[in-house]
Amino acid sequence: MAILKHHAKIERNVSLLFILSFLVVSIGGIVQIVPLFYLENTIEKVEGMRPYSPLELKGRDIYLREGCYVCHSQMIRPMRDEVERYGHYSLAAESMYDHPFQWGSKRTGPDLARVGGRYSDEWHVQHMIAPKSVVPESIMPSYAFLMNRQLDGQYIGDLMRTHRIVGVPYTDEMMENARADFLAQADPDADHSGLLERYPGAQTRNFDGQPELTEMDAIIAYMQMLGTLVDFSTFVPDPSR
Amino acid sequence: MVDETDNTPKGAAGEPSPENKVKPPERQYPEPRKVLQRKAAPPEPAKTGHVWDGIEEYDNPMPRWWLWTFYICIIWAVIYMILYPAWPLVSQATPGILGHSTRGDVAREIESFEARNEVWFQRLVETEVAALRDDVELERFAVRAGGAVFAAQCSQCHGSGGGGVQAGGFPSLVDDDWLWGGTLEDIHLTIAHGIRNETDPMARWSEMPAFGRDGILEDEEIDQVVEYVLAMSGQDHDAALAEAGAEVFEWNCAACHMEDGSGNMDLGAPALNNQVWLYGGDRETIRHTVVYSRFGVMPAFAGRLREAEIRAVAVYVHQLGGGQ
Repeated sequence: MAILKHHAKIERNVSLLFILSFLVVSIGGIVQIVPLFYLENTIEKVEGMRPYSPLELKGRDIYLREGCYVCHSQMIRPMRDEVERYGHYSLAAESMYDHPFQWGSKRTGPDLARVGGRYSDEWHVQHMIAPKSVVPESIMPSYAFLMNRQLDGQYIGDLMRTHRIVGVPYTDEMMENARADFLAQADPDADHSGLLERYPGAQTRNFDGQPELTEMDAIIAYMQMLGTLVDFSTFVPDPSR
Repeated sequence: MVDETDNTPKGAAGEPSPENKVKPPERQYPEPRKVLQRKAAPPEPAKTGHVWDGIEEYDNPMPRWWLWTFYICIIWAVIYMILYPAWPLVSQATPGILGHSTRGDVAREIESFEARNEVWFQRLVETEVAALRDDVELERFAVRAGGAVFAAQCSQCHGSGGGGVQAGGFPSLVDDDWLWGGTLEDIHLTIAHGIRNETDPMARWSEMPAFGRDGILEDEEIDQVVEYVLAMSGQDHDAALAEAGAEVFEWNCAACHMEDGSGNMDLGAPALNNQVWLYGGDRETIRHTVVYSRFGVMPAFAGRLREAEIRAVAVYVHQLGGGQ
């Protein structure tokens, strides 16, 4: 074991010790992390995912601002009880445009990964204003003030640019139309053809029932699209996961 | 005289013990037990040879329990790598001889429950909707299964007990006042296709005009008809206005709500001549309904639930109390 004798050299040279420790730790990390980028079953692709529309993105921003994630997760785990209650288990690709992701298993309120389309807009408005009026056992606080906070989309371009920097593929065309799309989505009388072309499957209507564009519109637009993008009738799960 | 330096122990009575007193007999201690005897010092262990500022390091062996735990962990790691997915290869990781997969597990688990329920689901689908409650055994299954589905899919609007939420216009399912009919077939149709939704062409559909907002009625006429509806439902009202409202009602409302206000379930037009209100029956709320109309919606569950589940919920709702 003559090689072990050289250990003394490492022990006496702190720079060498640091460099070699770093190498050892890197190998551990590389072996665990790198395969995740190329193994076929971890980069499963799904059809239908698109970046959030400007209004949905703003709704998501409000969701984060209000700390909704403290009580609600957006990750249906592959377990029978969760699949039966919330729907198909979440796929990694469904969070691909989330920065940061909203995964978690600590739930004070229910999981919201597939809440889209589950309730009517009126239900959401009522529930945000007075949660206990529709779910008596709820401990959710009221978010009635969202009805009064009007939006003009002044900074929506900046928000999208930020997301573009961290990797969301917003095209130049999307950036140019950011504010117009933002204002059009909750306006039933606007022309939605461009918006729908850029964000297929986006839902366009007056979400909160008020003539003004408010934060309530944004958060309900976000709620109503959650988990609705992927068409699971065409999805074949990779059996090796 | 007591010598001050004397430090012999004092007696129990606390008296001074002069020298001339007889000393108590020396106490007999038992032999120390063997285990307590100090072993002969072990031989000095070898040293590693490292010297730091004159401090040397013994080359003691690792504790045996620690060493064995370590070996067992290594053995377990090898077994685990053979049994479970472990080593990343070119396009996939080694699958492991157990063929474990999280998705496979959940699919298998759901399948096993489905298989157990299949007989019942089959019976639910094969039985005529109207006759679902005739078979006691089947009904018992349907109520339990439907209750579970109701808790997950329906309770958020209709309330955990089916009592409805007037604030949101979500109808109560426990009374015998129905909007679209309370027979098993009616309930089944409503659940399957929903109400006023764009997704299902067979959805139940009707729309009350917004008499005030769209300028169909004058303010005065609205006041009159509101009083008439109040009168119809046996509440306090202005008799003169109500009398004038009768004509407004006949021309504008009776087509759907019927002349006597008993409603029409084919059109989802609620009865107005009783005390059951979907959105509230006070003057203010009725006025709001007439001015702005209402547009309660319900999603179609035909694509979300399987037919057997829809039937089970229909049975569950039917037996809540108001089934016809």
